[in-house]
Amino acid sequence: MESEGAQLIAMAIAAGLGVLGPGIGIGLIGGKAMEAIGRNPEASGKVVSNMILAIVFAEALGILALVVSFIIRFVG
Amino acid sequence: MTGVLAQLGSFFNTNVAHAATEAVEHAPEAAEHASGIHVVLKAEEVFNLAGFPITNSLLMTLVTSALLIGFAFFFRKKLAMVPGKLQAGVEMLFEGVLNYMAETLESRELARKFFPLIMTIFLFVLVANQLAFLPGVGSLLVEHGGAAVPLFRAPAADLNMTLALAIIAFLVIEITGVVVLGFFKYAGKYVNFSSPVNFVVGIIELLSNIGRLISFSFRLFGNVFAGEVMIAVALFFVAYLLPVPLMAFEVFVAFIQAVVFAMLTLFFIKLSIMDPHGDEAH
Repeated sequence: MESEGAQLIAMAIAAGLGVLGPGIGIGLIGGKAMEAIGRNPEASGKVVSNMILAIVFAEALGILALVVSFIIRFVG
Repeated sequence: MTGVLAQLGSFFNTNVAHAATEAVEHAPEAAEHASGIHVVLKAEEVFNLAGFPITNSLLMTLVTSALLIGFAFFFRKKLAMVPGKLQAGVEMLFEGVLNYMAETLESRELARKFFPLIMTIFLFVLVANQLAFLPGVGSLLVEHGGAAVPLFRAPAADLNMTLALAIIAFLVIEITGVVVLGFFKYAGKYVNFSSPVNFVVGIIELLSNIGRLISFSFRLFGNVFAGEVMIAVALFFVAYLLPVPLMAFEVFVAFIQAVVFAMLTLFFIKLSIMDPHGDEAH
């Protein structure tokens, strides 16, 4: 298998599988946050800001996978 | 007349045929060039200052700093006891952030001490990210080393800048912990031999502390760089229309990333000054 083709496939697999976990994670976080807001609308400010914080952690892992895929393709 | 036309026709035919064969031969490279998707991981050097390379993202950070410092001096001159709209807005922002920090750190004076750092990180990342949407950034080309490189580039799309900020944040977090708690108490949080489980947990915490360097830098870098690539690809498909909603989303993402960087630095400072067994104090 040529290096160029292998690079392309590796980049696609890295990005695709890498964002699977964080995607599910962010969905779960958002869902639980919605539930919490539904039960207690007054606390929605606190819930939302903590939700954003948790989403950022989950998203960082997805971004890491994306960066790895870019490195596979465009470096070396 | 027909002769001229015939000659023109043959001229065009041969040219087209020649161009076609050339295109087929150089198809792979042409695809790379014709795609026009200018995606480079590394910031390109724009000019040389006595041997020190000035890259386009470095130039952009200088512009950002000049803007922020200039605004600070200008704002200082216009300070008045009865605030105008601009002063009221800035005061509201500062007051809000200071209150949030005092609430998180549970101490007004600690909040005062760290306010300049957190606010600077926030403002710097915010302005640097948002300036990238101005026309000219990324499209104004200069010639350097035989190739046309953009004169300006979003600073956060350069891993060097985000890594620098991450190192600053990391050093502040660690040094704060050491200064506030004392070296042995702070080290005791991570290396404690009270029980095997605690020892392993401490080592894992230590590693996760160091992993913050990577997580801080890559979070900001990945978000901004991925946004740039997305917009570049969108430009390739539908030139003027498709990037617009993407850029609007990127404006929002840039703001959120600035908030998150500053907020996470604040939270980790709070964590590092916490007492080792704070939870048992309930």
